[in-house]
This record gives sequence, structure tokens and C-alpha cells, in this order.
Amino acid sequence: MTGHPASSAADTFPKLLERNAGQFSERVASREKEFGIWQSWTWAQVHAEVKSIAAGLKQLGLKPEDRVAIVGANRPHFYWSIISIQMCGAVPVPIYADSAAEEMSFVFDHCGARFAIVEDQEQVDKLLQVASEIPALEHIIYLDPRGLRNYDHTAMHDLADVQELGRKHWSDVEGEIARTIAAQKGSDTCVMLYTSGTTGRPKGVVLSNDNILVTARSASEFEKLTEREETLAYLPLAWVGDFIFSMGQAYTCGFCVSCPESTDTVLEDLREIGPTYYFAPPRVFENLLTTVTIRMEDAGPTKRWLFRTFIDHAKRVGEDILDGRSVGFLDRIKYSLGEMFIYGPLKNVLGLSRVRVAYTAGEAIGPELFRFYRSIGLNLKQLYGQTEASVFITIQPDGEVYADTVGVPSPGVELRIAENGEVLYRSPGVFQEYYKNTDSTADTKTPEGWVHTGDAGFIDPKTGHLRIIDRAKDVGKLADGSMFAPKYVENKLKFFANIKEAVVFGEGRDFATAFINIDLNAVGNWAERNNIAYTSYQELAGHPQVYAQILSHVNEVNRSVAQDPMLSGCQIKRFLVLHKELDADDGELTRTMKVRRRIVDEKYADLIAALFEGKSEIYTETEVTYEDGRKGKIKANLQIADAQTFPRAQASDQQAA
Amino acid sequence: MSAQTKGAAIRMVHDADAPHDFTAENVLHGLPERSRGPVVLEVKNITLRFGGVVAIKDISFDIRKGEIRAIIGPNGAGKSSMLNVINGFYHPQEGEIWFNGARRKPMKPYEIAKQGIARTFQNIALFKGMSTLDNIMTGRLTKMHTNIFMQALWAGPAQAEEIEHREKVEKIIDFLEIQHIRKTPVGRLPYGLQKRVELGRALAAEPDLLLLDEPMAGMNVEEKEDMCRFILDVNEEFGTTIALIEHDMGVVMDISDRVVVLDYGRKIGDGTPDEVRSNKDVIDAYLGVSHD
Repeated sequence: MTGHPASSAADTFPKLLERNAGQFSERVASREKEFGIWQSWTWAQVHAEVKSIAAGLKQLGLKPEDRVAIVGANRPHFYWSIISIQMCGAVPVPIYADSAAEEMSFVFDHCGARFAIVEDQEQVDKLLQVASEIPALEHIIYLDPRGLRNYDHTAMHDLADVQELGRKHWSDVEGEIARTIAAQKGSDTCVMLYTSGTTGRPKGVVLSNDNILVTARSASEFEKLTEREETLAYLPLAWVGDFIFSMGQAYTCGFCVSCPESTDTVLEDLREIGPTYYFAPPRVFENLLTTVTIRMEDAGPTKRWLFRTFIDHAKRVGEDILDGRSVGFLDRIKYSLGEMFIYGPLKNVLGLSRVRVAYTAGEAIGPELFRFYRSIGLNLKQLYGQTEASVFITIQPDGEVYADTVGVPSPGVELRIAENGEVLYRSPGVFQEYYKNTDSTADTKTPEGWVHTGDAGFIDPKTGHLRIIDRAKDVGKLADGSMFAPKYVENKLKFFANIKEAVVFGEGRDFATAFINIDLNAVGNWAERNNIAYTSYQELAGHPQVYAQILSHVNEVNRSVAQDPMLSGCQIKRFLVLHKELDADDGELTRTMKVRRRIVDEKYADLIAALFEGKSEIYTETEVTYEDGRKGKIKANLQIADAQTFPRAQASDQQAA
Repeated sequence: MSAQTKGAAIRMVHDADAPHDFTAENVLHGLPERSRGPVVLEVKNITLRFGGVVAIKDISFDIRKGEIRAIIGPNGAGKSSMLNVINGFYHPQEGEIWFNGARRKPMKPYEIAKQGIARTFQNIALFKGMSTLDNIMTGRLTKMHTNIFMQALWAGPAQAEEIEHREKVEKIIDFLEIQHIRKTPVGRLPYGLQKRVELGRALAAEPDLLLLDEPMAGMNVEEKEDMCRFILDVNEEFGTTIALIEHDMGVVMDISDRVVVLDYGRKIGDGTPDEVRSNKDVIDAYLGVSHD
């Protein structure tokens, strides 16, 4: 595939599409489930669709260098539109579909989009709501006409009509489009992706064709991906990972990308497609395992025994078998029995039977969880990446997978640890700039091309792999000068199924404290099992037995933190269970579900103060935003609990003196 | 969205002798814009008794093509009885029903369903053990032409027919956004979703007139908002005329074009939501007033 003469010339998506339409013309390129049936488009058909969209956009007046926003779920038409936009010399800007109107208004205004291609009435309504703030926007194109019949259509178009228009006028613009495509280079802008940003406003990361395609090619070679892969695109379009997997690698390798029927059917669609190449954040793996565990608890005793026995066996030898290490003959036989009766069917139910390569990234994954999937034979690996790097910074190579590291630099990436412990990298995937934000660009990227990740980490001396501790700016010091890495402790807490989110405080303080969010699924199920009645999240979160459970988890975490000589000061002395879930709608989390520390610090200042003051109870009122944008207040009396701390591993002598 | 109309007095049934000349030009004058289509269904002087109890007394109103018509009233006002009369489940002792310009003979509910009137129920009446898909498929029953033997053998035209019906049903599933529960037995679904499946089954009959009996009862705010959007979308996309009973006044006033108000089996008001809202009798009867 790589030796193909055309591939060296294919340095942009429109050129790749032309190549694929010739080389793989009858292979399926896109698939979407609609009306209960998988609809497919071959590469040749996709090429025709893309051309019609491009010509239609041109007819509507799309000019080179224009920005076109794309807002919606994973639908083939959106992926096609991205290339159509590029064919016109314009720049696609995918935007998170669940952004609130104000967030959307900021991004639209910042990128100056003249065109928006959106999914349905919901997105159209959001744009109309902020229309006065984004005067640059001239045309809205929608996919689903439902409910939009009576809207003013002077500046609004059905995508099907745009394509019809394009087909009619194809011959008028054919030459111009061909010239544009021929003139495009690898160094031209490919896409602009807005980072969700745990601090401040989103930043528009400008990535060139070379960034995306060179990175995609080398990562595909690393994993030996071919045109025969199957993937399901279900993660947000606006996320760089989806852009690399569902566009970059799909187009360079020529494999098929399937889109789910709706966001609620992903699990079922996954099972039907049976992907060979799969990505999921730890959250998804955790949910899957929770579902399995809950169902197993409801199963009969024989089934439960079978499951337990074989899963225990897999835990013992599964990973060694996966990594090709030597395992005893009898153990192998028992494992293959397990494969037949338990692991195989289980993977089948989860839609993971055919997976050759599975990645997880975005957050640290719990070692238990990680090992569970690996032990049943899923080649799950961790990945460390960023939008600014076109995803790949490090990957775990086959056979060298450890739960606590993120692997070795992926092909073409150079890695360096700065003196303050921050991880820096340089690679072909390094972004061009932050759009209209030279200051941030200069802060992040050195003139030599090194990029600050903002993460603190070190190279593990035993394995040579990178280990990430925390966000560099979050790493601080306790009052006694010992290192404070909140994320490190939070991750340990979050590995418990009962704990959904945790926020640890302690910068400049005498000790560390924490907010805990319970996981309503896990805790709710436990409550049901134990006949504990509750009427609301708040009541369940404040239940004494829930507190007792969380306390035992915190103690356990403290015990494990105490073993790390560097970080043993981070043990949680006092904690409380929050009365509401941290929510992206309230600004407490980013759209990719990461905690925004500064907002939490401000919003819950009273609770944080109480944690450090030694009160045992506190009354609080919190403002919440409902999904439709209305606001309300939650009032609660929160208990503060004291946890057990353990003596420090090394520094304890000094402390005692 | 409710179009403001000038000078349209609410027709009161207290003066029972008032002529109901629905065909005359002067009646159209003053109707909201969306309610000026031809009359789809007209009930004239309907009285329904159960033994000595008079459930509905001398009620007349019309439903016009393409509108959303609400029937409201306190508990026991006769709303569901009215729907059951329209739907042919009850046969009124007095009065006439005109459907699509012809006077209707006493009919069985299934004959009326064939004529193009579909409904949902206040207490969900789905087949609990069957999947969403199969439940909605049953809504196509009146449109099936092959007989049971052909269907059982999957022979001849039965196969082609089933595929055609399945396609229609899949479009409804897509429309109501219930793809994820396609194969789930409806008994396992939460209440709000069951209501949606029931709406789907009614839609599967491709009705000219859709009767909804408290489509939003027992729902939370979010489910209500969804249901409102579906009702409006059904009306807009398929052009289906809708008559609905609803308790939530906010919902009624928001989505309906015209409202009939019943109280103790009598009609006490009829007009646009704004007119009904300002009608003294309606305020007294429905929204409650202290009698002192």
C-alpha cells in the first residue's frame, strides 16, 4: 500500500479520496445504520457525494480560506463535507455538538465561519439564538429537515438540496475545483480543532495536511493497519482522535468507517460491526465492565461460579498469553476452555471479538480495569496524546504494556523532560499555531518546535516508558514543601467503581482533602441490592452507609499513596461526598469530562474552607443549570469525614524529628 | 405560535338553541389561520348516557384539517368519553358525527380505524411482551391485505407486503427517535418511552385524524417537552390533524390551535387558547374559583 506510486503524491484529503476512489473503488468506505439497515457507500460513491457537496457549496458562494463550521454527531455526510470544504480551498472547523449556545457563539465568532453545516433543528435553533453575535455566518446547511419546514429559508438549506444544486452545476465548477486540489500542498491548513481547554476559552488548533497525514500514516504502520480494518466512529467529530482515526487513518489506509444509528445504539451497533480497530476512553471500558458485573450478579449460581473461576484464571495467565510469554501447558488448556465458554462469548457480546488493536487514552485507566480486558485477550493499549500533536505522542508497543505507563514515543516523536518535570515533545504532527492567538502559540511551542504538554512526568527507569504524574501546573507543594499531585490521587480514587469523580485540594496547605462524586449507577445498584431507599442523588450521596464505603476506599488509597516516597504527603485527611454531580453544563467539567479546577475552587470555596477548618458539617447552596439552560438551586447539609492516614515511607523520620 | 384573532366570541352552548352553521362563510371569519381548512370531523349535539348518568350533554364542535385541537376540562368532565365517541367505542344516544363530509353510521372501532382515525390511550394499552417494533407493526394491521395463511407461510405477496410495512415502521421509529429500543419488549421500558411507542403505533396507521388521550400524563418536564415536539412535528411533517386531551394547561395553551372546554358533560367554551384563557366560565370551572 505504501509503495503505491500515487500515495507519495497524495498529501491532502481530496487527493487521497481520488486515489482511493480509483484504487479501492468497489470497497465500502462509509457505512451508516438508518431505518434499521446498514447503508453503505463505496469509495467511488463517496467520491461522487463529496464532489456534489463541494460544487453545491461553491454555488452558494464558498470561497477559498473561508471557515466552515460542522456541528453534529458522527454521520457520513459530515465526514464527506470535511473533504468537500477542503476541495473548495476552505477550512473545516468541527465543533462539539453538545456545546451550549454561548460556547458555540464564541467559537463561531473566533473562527469567523461564513458557513455552518449542522445536523438538525436543535443545532439550527442554537445558532439562530446567537445569530446577532455571529454576523459573519451567512448560510446554515442542515442534514435533517425535520421541524424546520416553517423556518425562514433565505439563508438556510437542506444538504440534499445543496447536493442537487452541486450535481446540476458540476460542469461549471469542475475545472476550478480540480485546479484548487492540484494546487494544495501538505503544508496547507487541513483542519481547525478547538481544544476544550481545562482553563479559559477554547483555543483553535490549526493542523496542516502533513500534520494529520504523516502522523496517521506512521501510526498505521506501527500497528500494521490495512484497508481491511473496520471501525465505528462514535466519539465526537470535533475531537482530534476521531479526526485521526476516522479521517486520517481511514483515508490513508482506505478502510471503512461505520457510523452508529444514534448515540443510544452505539453498543448494539458495535456488536453488529465488530470493529478490528477500536478506541474508547477509560469511561467506556468502565461502563462496559459495570454492565457485565451487574448482569453476572443477577445470573444463577452455576454461571456465576463459571465466570468467577475462568476470570480468575485469566487474571493469572491471560496477560502472559497475550504478550506471548511462556505459560504452562495445563494453564493454556484451561485458558482455551475459558476462551470457549466465557471470554469468547463475553467479547462477542461486547462487540470486541474481532478487535486487533484497541486504544484507551484521555485519562488514566484503572490497573484492575486495564488488566481485566487484557486478560480476556483484548489487545488493549494506552496512548498518550494531544490535539497539538495530532494525537500521538507515545504508544505502548505490543508485548510491552504496563498499566502505569503510557508507552514509548510513537514513530517520529522526540521526547524530553524539562527541568521542572514537564514533558516536551517534537514531531511531524506538531500543530501550526493557535488561531488568532500568537501569545498562546509562543507560550506552548518553542522556536525549535518543542511543544510543552503541560503534563508532568518522567521516564520510568525500569521500562524506559513514559509515566505521567499530573498536569504540570497542578503539581504543587504542601505547606511542608513535599510534592502535591492532585490528579495522581484522584485517579487512584476514581479507580473504585463507586467513585465517579474526585477533586483533591492541598496546594500550600498542611494536608490534602477531597471532594468525591459517587457513581449513581454503581452506588444506586448497590443500594437496590441492599434495600436502601433513596429519592434523589443528593440523598444517596449523603447516606451514612455510602459515606462508610467511600471512607474505606479513601483509606485504601491513602495506604497505597503512602508507599510512594515522593507523593506520600498527598494522603487524604478529610473528605466530603458532593451533593451534586460535577457537570459540563455548570462549567465544572470540560466537554471531554475533565475537571476544571479553577471553577470548582471558586464555586465551592465554602466547602473547601470547611474541609480545612475542621468542621464536621456544612450547609451550602449551589446553583445548577438544567439541560434547557434554566437555572436552579440545590441546598444541602454536607457531612465531612476524617480518613485514616498512614506513615510516610521515607520522609517520615525527618517529619518525626 | 397561537395566532391572535380579533373579535371572535367564544360560542357558548348555554344558549343551546344557537344555530351551528359551520359551513357558512361567517364562521371562518375569526378562526385562527391554521384552523381554516375543511372540516374533518364534526360532532353535532352529541348526548351520551350511561343508564341515568349523563356523561356528555348536547355537545357540538368541529375539527378542521391540519389543526391541533385540544379538549380540556376538570376530572369527570367527559373528555375521554368524547374521544371514545369519536373513536366509535361508545355510541351516543343522540346526535350525529360527520367524518370527511359524510354522516357516520354506528360503526365498530376497527371500522373507524380503517376510515383513518387512530388513537392512543390514557392508560397505555400496548402489548407488553412484544418488542417496540412488533407493537408498532400491529398499527399497520388495517393496511395489510394478505391473509393469515400467506403471512404464516411467508409466501407470495406476503413477503413483499411485510417489507413495505417494515419500511414504514422503520421511518416512524426513526422519526420518534426510538431506534435504541427497537428490539426491547415494551414492558421493560420506562413510562415516557412507552407513551412514545404508543404514539408510534397510532402513527403507523397513517391516520387522517389522530386522537391522543393525555399524551403527557405522568411525564417529567423533559419528557413532556420531547412529546410536545413530537406532536408538533407529526402535525407539521405528516399534516396529521390531531385532537388531544391534556391536563397540563401550559402544554395545551402552547401547542393547540383551538381548545374545547368541557365541564360536567357540557361545553362551556370553544376558541383559541387566548380566548379560552380569558373566558370567565372556563376560569371558574377549570382553574377553580372560590364560591363566595
